[in-house]
Amino acid sequence: MTTTSPPQPGERLLPARPGWPDATGHFGIFGGRFVPEALIAALDELTEAYEAMRVDPVFLAEFDRLQREYTGRPSPITEIERFAEHAGRARILLKREDLNHTGSHKINNVLGQALLTKRIGKSRVIAETGAGQHGVATATAAALMGLSCTVYMGEEDTRRQALNVARMRLLGAEVIPVTTGSRTLKDAINEAFRDWVTNVETTNYVFGTVAGPHPFPAMVRDFQRVIGDEAREQVLEREGRLPDAVLACVGGGSNAIGIFTAFVPDDGVRLIGLEAGGDGVDTGRHAATITGGTPGVLHGARSYLLQDDNGQTIESHSISAGLDYPGVGPEHSYLHDIGRAEYRAVTDAEAMEAFALLCRTEGIIPAIESAHALAGAMVVGKELGPDALLLVNLSGRGDKDVETASTWFGLGDREEVDPGPGLDTDQQPTEGAISNDEAVAGSDAGDEA
Amino acid sequence: MSRLAERIGTAKAEGRAALIAYLPVGYPDVDVSIAAITAAVEGGADVVEIGVPYSDPGMDGPVIQQAVDVAVRAGVGMRDVLRAVEAVAAAGAVPVVMSYWNPIERYGAERFSTDLAAAGGAGAITPDLIPDEAADWLAASEKHDLDRVFLVAPSSTDARLASTTAACRGFVYAASTMGVTGTRATVGDAAEKLVARTRQAAPDLAVCVGLGVSNGSQAAEVAAFADGVIVGSAYVREMLEGRGADGVRALSEDLAKGVRS
Ligand SMILES: Cc1ncc(COP(=O)(O)O)c(C=O)c1O
Repeated sequence: MTTTSPPQPGERLLPARPGWPDATGHFGIFGGRFVPEALIAALDELTEAYEAMRVDPVFLAEFDRLQREYTGRPSPITEIERFAEHAGRARILLKREDLNHTGSHKINNVLGQALLTKRIGKSRVIAETGAGQHGVATATAAALMGLSCTVYMGEEDTRRQALNVARMRLLGAEVIPVTTGSRTLKDAINEAFRDWVTNVETTNYVFGTVAGPHPFPAMVRDFQRVIGDEAREQVLEREGRLPDAVLACVGGGSNAIGIFTAFVPDDGVRLIGLEAGGDGVDTGRHAATITGGTPGVLHGARSYLLQDDNGQTIESHSISAGLDYPGVGPEHSYLHDIGRAEYRAVTDAEAMEAFALLCRTEGIIPAIESAHALAGAMVVGKELGPDALLLVNLSGRGDKDVETASTWFGLGDREEVDPGPGLDTDQQPTEGAISNDEAVAGSDAGDEA
Repeated sequence: MSRLAERIGTAKAEGRAALIAYLPVGYPDVDVSIAAITAAVEGGADVVEIGVPYSDPGMDGPVIQQAVDVAVRAGVGMRDVLRAVEAVAAAGAVPVVMSYWNPIERYGAERFSTDLAAAGGAGAITPDLIPDEAADWLAASEKHDLDRVFLVAPSSTDARLASTTAACRGFVYAASTMGVTGTRATVGDAAEKLVARTRQAAPDLAVCVGLGVSNGSQAAEVAAFADGVIVGSAYVREMLEGRGADGVRALSEDLAKGVRS
């Protein structure tokens, strides 16, 4: 966002923002504020307080301290050589957001918004959550800062991410299962907005991704860009050069914007967002918003979305609760339209193949969301070959997904089952293709060999 | 000439507030909903807000959500809405479309305006579109001589009351309470304050109050300080609870007495 005010004391400490959005939150034709008038005062208050806070040295020092001492930043870079054998032998570096406190990148944004909540004098936060990671992060920050916390979560997601529901409740948050519509993230956002408009005097909405009305897309980007700011320096220091491509999964798009932003001015660096392809974009059962959607308005902003001819939002489908969303942040729509970033779809099966591969070759269990980025790296690595250097955002860890993955791979009752052949990476995994004790794709013979 | 302003002015000349009924198209199906909408007019509604079903009605409470969800799942769209517009016009009330922005954007603001005017519609109310984002709609409604109704809320600053009312034509919708649609036991005093502030910003624009009114005595209370009384969830409840067009007509009669008392 371009500010017209003179530079503030903390301004010089901040990395330069891209030249967007404009002062009213527009990224080209995307973004803006499509909300009831009742919320405009709260959005104005947030915008104003945030613009003051972001250049306030006291805030910057506190935010920096929390990131180091509480989250554990900077997160490391890990090269994954054994995995890379299945990705055209390109070199692959992971940015380890899975090692953050609470297990994903979501904490980066939440700490910033929780500090902002205190600054505007509100005592209660609400949040929506899909995979539960944003809900857990919000519940965590609320506990840390003494705020009361209510999290809206689609009933379908409370089932498939039950571990995170328990975590939120342990942290003292109220979790409200949402039973309207598709019972997933989209409907949780609707309920959170309804709560907000009713309780706006006491309550701040801690939005979990770079979507929603202005100022959320710009503010969440600013809080998440630490991922790419760190990674760019780490890669330069380690490799003496920039990566050829930066990859991240895209639900609403916060981890992707977080790692992309520092690289936007680096023309030679390809930015690749991996959307959830579900059963395949051609089946209609997917969550690949930019790949398979059209511009429209949802949840307070204009962006690509999955919609029918009547302008009704189409329910999305993905094995990953965190990517199961029919919208996407407006900055991604803009980066797509200006050609600065490219977006591709990864199916459930491809993501789960990459999930298994990272587990078995590197000893890292990724979030299923992040596994979409890994699957993208397998494809892009093969396209670019062994000279390529890829940076992949490992946005979260997979503890929450253990049950979903066990069901997918049929690992529940494996004792009597013949181990059989391991996963052949040329094939789509089928239930039972991975056994408990067979090294999946763990042979050193990559499929390119 | 604004048809909404004209009708509200006629009510005023009779020494009363206008009764504005909201019902969505498509619950329980298109034909029955149009019969119910017609019954609302027969019972005494001056204006009918014809609701466009939308999958993500962020400003609506459970009652309207439940009805609209059925219509969305049945694939009810703008063509059905335009049929309802014609029916209201034929029944003698002023039809105005109530729609979240995306269904109109998807249909095309210009095409929507052309077709709405042809069907006899007076204009549209857009609860999640603020004038700041409404360039296409402002241009299209101007071109087709349609009314456009934006919302003000208790949280609106004086500056926003001024800019929002300046963009309105027909009337301004005062959302009386902070919250979503639904019937409420009492009409708070926030409504009266908001109406007074809004009038100060725009002395010549009709101010109609919505959110929470469900019966004749509440309608009378609001009619004492507003130019129009908007009732939605109470009508929808008649449909959800199976009383159909007869229930809707009876509710209109009760409310019509209220705005005249
Ligand atoms: C680990 C992880 N990655 C990615 C996402 C998707 O969100 P976003 O696209 O905003 O990064 C989620 C959302 O829950 C998540 O938990």
